[in-house]
Amino acid sequence: MDITTPLTDEVVKQLKAGEKVKISGIIYTARDAAHKRLVELIKKGKKLPFDVDGQIIYYVGPTPSKPGQVIGSSGPTTSYRMDPYTEPLLEKGLNGMIGKGPRNQEIKDALEKNNAVYFAAVGGAAALISKCVKRSEIIAYDDLGAEAIRKLEVKDFPAIVINDCYGNDLMEENIKKYNINGGRNTDG
Amino acid sequence: MRTINPEQITEAVELLLVEANYHICDDVYDAIKKAKENEESEIGKEVLEQIIENDWIATTENVPMCQDTGIVVVFLEVGNEVFLDGNVYDAINLGVHNAYNNAYLRKSVVKHPFDRVNTQDNTPAIIHTKITQGEQVKITVAAKGAGSENMSTVKMLTPAEGYDGVKKLVLDTVFDAKGKPCPPIIVGLGIGGDLEKAAIIAKESLMRDLDDESSDPIAAKLERELLEEINQLGVGPMGFGGTQTALAVKVNTFPCHIASLPVAINIQCHAARHKSKVI
Repeated sequence: MDITTPLTDEVVKQLKAGEKVKISGIIYTARDAAHKRLVELIKKGKKLPFDVDGQIIYYVGPTPSKPGQVIGSSGPTTSYRMDPYTEPLLEKGLNGMIGKGPRNQEIKDALEKNNAVYFAAVGGAAALISKCVKRSEIIAYDDLGAEAIRKLEVKDFPAIVINDCYGNDLMEENIKKYNINGGRNTDG
Repeated sequence: MRTINPEQITEAVELLLVEANYHICDDVYDAIKKAKENEESEIGKEVLEQIIENDWIATTENVPMCQDTGIVVVFLEVGNEVFLDGNVYDAINLGVHNAYNNAYLRKSVVKHPFDRVNTQDNTPAIIHTKITQGEQVKITVAAKGAGSENMSTVKMLTPAEGYDGVKKLVLDTVFDAKGKPCPPIIVGLGIGGDLEKAAIIAKESLMRDLDDESSDPIAAKLERELLEEINQLGVGPMGFGGTQTALAVKVNTFPCHIASLPVAINIQCHAARHKSKVI
């Protein structure tokens, strides 16, 4: 399914776990240090450097771009490190996140409550994914280098819905399907 | 006695790091292609296809295969008939500085674990030094990504837990990590020694070629059994579910205290980046 940002509530409702998507439009990058700052601003009641309402945040810290390149290699980083910072952003209207690896139960509950969705991209596929980035601009926290917030224009960014707004979890379901090591707890 | 200048060390480290980050090792690339053939889940196959395409783009266009170009680990083996003229550690760090600045690699090292200010050149490297015999220096560099390193662990088991205890620890660790370390992974085990010896030999095991089976029959048996059982966990490529969770298991062992059974599990993502050079 092709989707375009900003992600409307109606589109979020159509996205089910397991759906393969190609994302086009504007997405914003933020990872560990940027998330910490964003959440501090929210706690203090201050304005964020960009309006997160209806937007997608991509967890990435790209390599420096070579001359002539729009962006360096830019694959997803592991999402669980952003779990402690995600709920306040969802409450501000954030509709989607792209990363890799599973999220905790609190995040899955918050996705249901706030009508949002978690996508995964392929970790390590950084050279491939960078081809989908058509424009890149640092809009905040330049001092953080690779962790600065970037506004990216992407075309056909390949991702898959892992957690939808209905509480479904693709990874959990699929791992159970292929787990043949009897007795091992697959709920971990 | 042969003299090796710091410039030779610096140059070798820079070249090895650029090579490692841009060009996937042949054995790993072949193992990923084989995993794609063997993968039973459709989504797992697609993940492996993207990884293969990615590694091909990186190597043909000379760009980093992964945005996490790692913290640098160096295994330095210095022959006893070599005179190292100058400070070899400074020479290595200058090579790291040059590689990360000249080859558009991401600087991912902070100078203090709490204040987290970037050192801006990916130094310092983590350097392990061994004295060997002869008049050569062997340098092995690894660009170790944090996604997989963060899923690694060291546990002090009791001797009673033994072989089966080690297997349980590894299977639980890999299963709990799910897609976080970017499977299909390579699992490096260091068993024995003490706390830090186990960790170092675990990382050393990740420098071995993927088809290099341990010469110790018990370790070799553990490598085979664990690979099979890890691939039955269902985690699959990127944790999306499937049958190809690990490409290989490597086991290095060392003698240990009568009361101890240290086990270090060092997890390596599919973007396994290490290169060696003998000077």
